[in-house]
Amino acid sequence: MTSDIALQISGMTKNFGGLKAIDGVNLTIPKGDRRLLLGPNGAGKTTLFNLITGDLKPTAGRVTLFGRDITGLPSHHCAPLGLARTYQIITLFPKNTLAENVILSLLGISPLRWSPISRIKGRQEFEERARAALKQVGLEAKADRPLGETSYGEKRRLEIALALAQNPSLLLLDEPLAGLSRQERLDVQSLIESIPRDITLILIEHDMDVALALADSITVMYHGRVICEGDRAQVVADPRVKEIYLAS
Amino acid sequence: MTRNSRITTISLSLLILALAGPLVVGQPFYINIGSQVLIAAIFAMSLNILVGYGGMTSIGHAAYLGTSAYVVALLTLQQGFGFFSASAIALVVVVIMAAIFGAIALRGTGITFLMITLALGQTMWGVAFRWSDVTGGDNGLPDIKRPDLFGLNLVEPTAFYGVMIVLFAIALVGMWIFTQSGLGLSLQGTRDQSRRMGMLGHHVWMVRWIAFIIAGFWAGVAGIAFVGYHGYIHPLSLGLANSAEVLLMVIAGGAGTLLGPVVGAAIVVVLKMVVSAYVSRWVLLLGCTFVAIVILLPEGVVPGLERLLKAVLPAPRDNEEA
Repeated sequence: MTSDIALQISGMTKNFGGLKAIDGVNLTIPKGDRRLLLGPNGAGKTTLFNLITGDLKPTAGRVTLFGRDITGLPSHHCAPLGLARTYQIITLFPKNTLAENVILSLLGISPLRWSPISRIKGRQEFEERARAALKQVGLEAKADRPLGETSYGEKRRLEIALALAQNPSLLLLDEPLAGLSRQERLDVQSLIESIPRDITLILIEHDMDVALALADSITVMYHGRVICEGDRAQVVADPRVKEIYLAS
Repeated sequence: MTRNSRITTISLSLLILALAGPLVVGQPFYINIGSQVLIAAIFAMSLNILVGYGGMTSIGHAAYLGTSAYVVALLTLQQGFGFFSASAIALVVVVIMAAIFGAIALRGTGITFLMITLALGQTMWGVAFRWSDVTGGDNGLPDIKRPDLFGLNLVEPTAFYGVMIVLFAIALVGMWIFTQSGLGLSLQGTRDQSRRMGMLGHHVWMVRWIAFIIAGFWAGVAGIAFVGYHGYIHPLSLGLANSAEVLLMVIAGGAGTLLGPVVGAAIVVVLKMVVSAYVSRWVLLLGCTFVAIVILLPEGVVPGLERLLKAVLPAPRDNEEA
């Protein structure tokens, strides 16, 4: 059975001093699922991502990725295990071109990252795959532009390209639409829709129209706890969800 | 020819002219200054790995140059080793030392890292200064003999300068290869976005630690050349003043550029050796030079001049410079 599960989180707790940022979260994501994490600010969604990727060490609880216990493993173990993520705040390499940004991503899963002598630029396996990843997000024409010459919307797409270039099995997207204009939202939405179905997706997003259209299932978090889980109709009908989103 | 390759050609020609300069003048005084510039340049390039490419500002880098020089001095003077076998041992010692010190210093980043490197550097200075039975204390260790190399008598300034040019060229090419390599790119990535690099699969701490060791190795090479040139080593060479001076070379010349530390080393050594012969308050002049660099070319001399060159040379068409 475990082979059908991409990610399992059990009894996850994270305290920041006296604050319980995550409070006993259990979450099971089957392979191929497109899961939306919903919740108001401070619900603990990004903290949960950080606990999965090893940016934070949990106070208690376990994370299992494709049947393998990764609890508390430092974040550089994620990429080889097929786990990639994007960031809510743009986290790219400002001194490099778009292609070089993607090459740093490809390098992260290549043994050449340890070589002090092998020249990376001009290597076909890197250049071609970088361009392919940029093509996937529609930035192929700007491959040789420095990052500073790209728009905010293009940076958002590059964020996704860096994650997709590693051909992950599980992809965590942290507010991929944050700060985008209407048109840019549509572009990124169709980009996310075009991600192959064999990549399991977990998505944090506040734009309900887009998020609900993309997701197969929804988990609602509030004050560090999971309060509701199900498909769109179940979640919308749940009285506690109504209370959080309408009464507060 | 694209604009970038034109700039590369210009800088390479200037470098070769500068290297030939002392030989054309022909006086031992200037040839010796050439040797000292090259030794300082190798030293500054080694620090540039940390400061420029790794974003880790160290102010204890003289410890590696000094330790390597002391090991060569002690082994040749007291244990009867030849210069080159002593040098090989010195490099091993310096690499081990950098591995240990790096593991300690990399417990911190930024200002914490800087303070730990300062403390470790001053510890080595303290050992050299106080352990006078072995190190000669404040008297230093004199009379280290320059060796012969392939029948060349290195006491001869021109021969020594020639060897320094070869050593410098190896260091420069090695540095260029490193900055383009997988590890070099990984190091530059950890400087700009360490958290993202971790998530992409790069082992940030390990990359920095290896860079620290490589930087220590090249500082050790500079230390061997240093003690070979002077034939003398004093605790001051390990100390804060020397660490600060090499950091100034890197920053003034342009941190994170290939030739920046070389230009920085040339500025400092030439001011120190040539100008001090004519002006007694040469330190004041050095200070003014740095102030001028900070005001006029805040990114360093090499990136600053590159910016000016780009403004002068015609802009590339879109299909060029791809």
